[in-house]
Amino acid sequence: MSDVDFRLDPRIPDGPLEHKWDLHRSGLKLVSPNNKRKRRVIVVGTGLAGASAAASLAELGYQVDAFTFHDSPRRAHSIAAQGGINAAKNYQNDGDNVWRLFHDTIKGGDFRSREANVYRLAQVSNSIIDQCVAQGVPFAREYGGQLSNRSFGGAQVSRTFYCRGQTGQQLLLGAYSALSRQVASGRVCMHTRTEMMDLVIVDGRAHGIITRNLVSGKIEPCVADAVVLATGGYSNVYYLSTNAKASNVTATFRAYKRGAGFANPCFTQIHPTCIPASGQHQSKLTLMSESLRNDGRIWVPEGFSDERAPNEIPEAERDYYLERKYPSFGNLAPRDISSRAAKEVCDEGRGVGPTGRGVYLDFAAAIQRLGRDTIRGRYGNLFDMYRRITGEDPYATPMRIYPAPHYAMGGLWVDYNLMSNVPGLFVIGESNFSDHGANRLGASALMQGLADGYFILPYTIGDYLARMPTASTSPDGVEFKQAATETRARIQRLLSGCGKRPAASFHRELGELLIETCGMSRSKEGLSEALQSIPAIRDAFYREVAVTADDSGMNTALEYTGRVADFLEFAEVMCHDALARDESCGAHFRIEHQTSDGEAVRDDERFCNVSVWEFAGTGEAPTSHVEPLVMEHVQLAVRNYR
Amino acid sequence: MLSEIASRIDAPTASPNAAKSELKLSSVNAKTWMAITGSGLLLFVVVHMLGNLQIYLGQDSLNSYAKKLKSLPILLWTARIGLLAFFSVHFGLAIRLNRRNRLARPQPYVINDPVETTLASRTMFSSGLVILAFVIYHLLHFTLGITDPSIHKLVDQAGRHDVYSMVVLGFQNVYVSGAYIIAMIFLALHLSHASSSILQTLGVSNRKTRNKLRLVGQAFAIVILVGNVSIPISAMLGFLSPPAGGATP
Amino acid sequence: MDLKVHVWRQKSGNDQGGMITYPARNLTSDMSILELLDRINEELITQGGDPIAFDHDCREGICGSCSMVINGIPHGPEKASTTCQTFLRSFRPGADLYLEPFRAAAFPVVKDLMVDRSALDRIIQAGGFVSVNTGAAPEGNAVAVAKMTAEDAMDAASCIGCGACVAACKNASAMLFTAAKVSHLALLPQGNVERGERVLRMVAQMDAEKFGSCSNQGACSAVCPKEISLDWIAKLNREALRSQFQRSVTQAEGTVNQI
Ligand SMILES: Cc1cc2nc3c(=O)[nH]c(=O)nc-3n(C[C@H](O)[C@H](O)[C@H](O)COP(=O)(O)OP(=O)(O)OC[C@H]3O[C@@H](n4cnc5c(N)ncnc54)[C@H](O)[C@@H]3O)c2cc1C
Ligand code: HEM
Ligand code: HEM
Ligand code: SF4
Ligand code: F3S
Ligand code: FES
Repeated sequence: MSDVDFRLDPRIPDGPLEHKWDLHRSGLKLVSPNNKRKRRVIVVGTGLAGASAAASLAELGYQVDAFTFHDSPRRAHSIAAQGGINAAKNYQNDGDNVWRLFHDTIKGGDFRSREANVYRLAQVSNSIIDQCVAQGVPFAREYGGQLSNRSFGGAQVSRTFYCRGQTGQQLLLGAYSALSRQVASGRVCMHTRTEMMDLVIVDGRAHGIITRNLVSGKIEPCVADAVVLATGGYSNVYYLSTNAKASNVTATFRAYKRGAGFANPCFTQIHPTCIPASGQHQSKLTLMSESLRNDGRIWVPEGFSDERAPNEIPEAERDYYLERKYPSFGNLAPRDISSRAAKEVCDEGRGVGPTGRGVYLDFAAAIQRLGRDTIRGRYGNLFDMYRRITGEDPYATPMRIYPAPHYAMGGLWVDYNLMSNVPGLFVIGESNFSDHGANRLGASALMQGLADGYFILPYTIGDYLARMPTASTSPDGVEFKQAATETRARIQRLLSGCGKRPAASFHRELGELLIETCGMSRSKEGLSEALQSIPAIRDAFYREVAVTADDSGMNTALEYTGRVADFLEFAEVMCHDALARDESCGAHFRIEHQTSDGEAVRDDERFCNVSVWEFAGTGEAPTSHVEPLVMEHVQLAVRNYR
Repeated sequence: MLSEIASRIDAPTASPNAAKSELKLSSVNAKTWMAITGSGLLLFVVVHMLGNLQIYLGQDSLNSYAKKLKSLPILLWTARIGLLAFFSVHFGLAIRLNRRNRLARPQPYVINDPVETTLASRTMFSSGLVILAFVIYHLLHFTLGITDPSIHKLVDQAGRHDVYSMVVLGFQNVYVSGAYIIAMIFLALHLSHASSSILQTLGVSNRKTRNKLRLVGQAFAIVILVGNVSIPISAMLGFLSPPAGGATP
Repeated sequence: MDLKVHVWRQKSGNDQGGMITYPARNLTSDMSILELLDRINEELITQGGDPIAFDHDCREGICGSCSMVINGIPHGPEKASTTCQTFLRSFRPGADLYLEPFRAAAFPVVKDLMVDRSALDRIIQAGGFVSVNTGAAPEGNAVAVAKMTAEDAMDAASCIGCGACVAACKNASAMLFTAAKVSHLALLPQGNVERGERVLRMVAQMDAEKFGSCSNQGACSAVCPKEISLDWIAKLNREALRSQFQRSVTQAEGTVNQI
């Protein structure tokens, strides 16, 4: 399909696990200071990963072109992260260390991530906190003035740093301020309201991108010596998710179509604590921080279709199903387990709320034990948010929650240097297939995004740039011309449709299909059926979609329709992956593979690997590749949260 | 030293837009100067009112007070010059800031709700203009005696300039008194925002004190209003009457 | 419920705009204002019309994208709420809804309800940062920060950069936004070194962007979705005075030393 070589060499350095990163770094080639000025790097996406990378690269002296479709880098989806960021500081003296964070992450990911990468992540986690503090991120503090921690998302140590319920916001504002400083210095050229439409490969190397200026509609090329994608996750493929409305798969999917491998696309995390949908008009779901599970108790009525108000249901008729099934973790059971358990009780017909898709998260006991003020102190803003959205008072009546798609562990395949199989194409943050394996631990995405952007990519990209030939590339080259022509043709195809159905209706249809068949639980039948249905939806889409026909300026309908078009192709890759992974692991739960009491059953013999998909033509089944995972330091164990 | 601070207001900026910024006085510093000059004017208004209220002590008190002031020409002229300077700076900056503020919102809203702002805070420039008009008229009226020369040249039994009769007779005219009363209402409006605003501008109010200070400021404005307005009203209602012997030109 | 929705339509920054009325029927009170617009847009698109452009993304009140004036109030009638978190239950059935863009010279209209707020970014670029390069940071707990100070800094830092303060202010002043950032960094020891320079640069940029001045009216804080306090405006004023005063003192000392 392309002139890209599809070898999946993870380039894991030799040496003992603890020293791999240090040894590797010492071996990386450096770009001399004069040459850095002449090297251009494109960074697409200015969320935590992109902003931190762009700022750090510019500090080193590279010329950076940064792109975002937002009106400002500060709007990236990272801003919405509430709970916190992990680091192995062990400030609480509760036995945490790099090894434990590494081990928890690998285990949390159900042994489907690379040991070396995860260990490095745990190692640099501490520098992230230092960096953020120095930038003025107002982390929560103890009375003595020291940084405060909480335990988060099933961890048994308190290693999560937080800024009230707005950690992502504060970390992003920190990275954004560093980026702003470099914009002021002239080393970063910031292209806002500009969407990447395609990746351009010249002589087998990523050399630039094609963009669309969302205000003027202009299609333009941008040339560089390397391209960094930091474009976030694709959970919006499900239509309803906790992701921001504009989050999409376009950038990574375009790169995939140009030859980059897409790894583990079916690994998507469904978050257990979201506000349930209230009706058809629902445009997105809102996450309630997982920290709520520290004090709230989850239950549904014992009886089916119990119509009573929650406060009228006596204790004896309540089923605290997480506490019942997982006595040692109880309400803090990992995300995938909690989500699936909620789906099960709702499937049984014991769900609550108008749609029957919801379970209670009850604070009555905690309020009695700790007092209303303490609870307000801990969760005040979350309670306010809940009240604003639902019109109900969570201090008086239990919250209703339901799982929602939240995070994409899958993404473009990268090696130890965070470079994809396309030389010169680096992928960081949520958009790479990352270190979270089949399931991400709470508060680890922010850590990974910033680790990639501040402390890993700036080193590894230098090695690539130092080694690459210095031949200059021109935006007038055939590759750029052709990619631009193809982009225009794609837009024309969408614009020329004269149908009557808005793109959202196709997106909704796709989402409903996927959440059923490729959501919290998956089956061979369901996935095969989805693989039949998706092309049909896609055909209907190109026949019937209605797009405002105007390419001379801002056209929000066109932007959205283009993203939906990519989701419609990408969903197929996801289902292929889910079907091929004939085991249950982490968030990927194949109903064929479970124990008698409903626990996931891995198949380490066949699937202790990363599955990587190569584009083989639209509508064609993608070509499957595999990167085997070698577990040298952790014992492949059955996760047991009982 | 103050002028040195003023000249130091514009720091280097990052944006090319910044190069176009006209004068070397930032909006924040302009506001500081508004507050400083405004405080001076405010002090004058208080002292002036206290002086004028001596009218209730009778002709002799007021006229001797006026005489005493005139007998200290250095003090008088220093005050006059200072007052004029403060007034000019205050007025000049008001024009400058008002222009900036108008240009900052070229297109008005179709529907606009002023939320929690006070009428006074929204009309500072207009109330200021009324005060300016008043002061000009007031000077023509009492100080220069141009609008009503007949009351200006009066002398009392002790041979002093008969300020008392000037005021009382002046206010016999319903239109003149009416104009004073209206002007005093605008002054009160201006001060009701200004008096607490100064503290915010100079950075000394906070969430604990802000609402209280606003109330105190409004009360203060009312005191000034009542004190000033009482004079024309008393004169019209006959509580203040020209001395029995009548004044002699 | 039904609503009569009047929306400001303007093709681009160079065009004239005006209000256009869209009747909206069969709405539910759980819909947000943005979901109402989604509904109107779906109809417009299927009829071949031009959808209403508006900024939005997170739809949970944190990204600061959504920005419109609803019945004369930026972000609408609910206190401490963004547009995306304003639900139709705040309005009477049958009511008129007037939606206009944030209006300010510094926020030129891009299209319809969408405005260009990059002026706020440039204010940050002028100094809203701590100049610390990646890797140059000391250990996180090296400097203790009093809990109350950290809390105050967090209060100020919670600004989402939506620009509603500018939209609400009669003078279209960006003081609340600028003050929040200045205060956040001035409060923390990490921001202390550049404290004096920062406030002057950011104020200068604010002026250069053609924002109005602050006359302490307080509309900004009243509409602010994060309830950013007017205290920070007082603090900015204080910081500006402090900085200039210190500079004159240092300069005077410099002169003395030379003699
Ligand atoms: C509600 C919520 C709460 C969360 N809470 C936590 C938490 O508590 N702890 C934790 O660790 N993680 C949390 N996460 C996950 C975490 O926030 C994300 O994984 C992480 O922020 C992703 O960062 P990123 O930089 O990779 O991508 P993003 O922040 O999504 O940034 C993507 C960027 O790419 C740009 N972009 C995308 N496509 C294009 C294109 N085609 N052209 C140009 N620009 C493009 C966007 O404009 C944006 O700037 C949460 C996620 C959600 C949804
Ligand atoms: C005796 C007369 C006056 C007094 C005592 C006075 C007093 C004050 C004071 C104390 C302030 C508050 C400054 C601050 O907010 O920090 C103020 C503000 C103001 N004054 Fe006056 N003033 C007087 C006359 C005028 C005149 C003649 C004008 C001219 C139009 C004027 C226009 C304004 C304006 C526009 C403001 C608001 C400035 C701002 O907040 O940005 N004032 N005044
Ligand atoms: C009802 C209220 C007032 C009364 C009765 C009053 C009366 C007077 C009198 C009698 C004089 C002295 C004239 C002379 O001896 O030459 C005077 C002077 C003056 N008044 Fe007023 N005044 C009033 C309100 C004000 C106000 C509100 C202002 C300012 C905003 C003001 C500003 C002045 C000034 C600037 C002078 C000139 C002082 C000088 O000669 O230097 N007055 N006033
Ligand atoms: S201060 Fe408030 S209103 Fe202004 S930009 Fe920040 S959050 Fe928005
Ligand atoms: S409304 Fe405007 S005048 Fe100042 S206090 Fe707020 S910026
Ligand atoms: S859409 Fe993000 S704040 Fe409203």
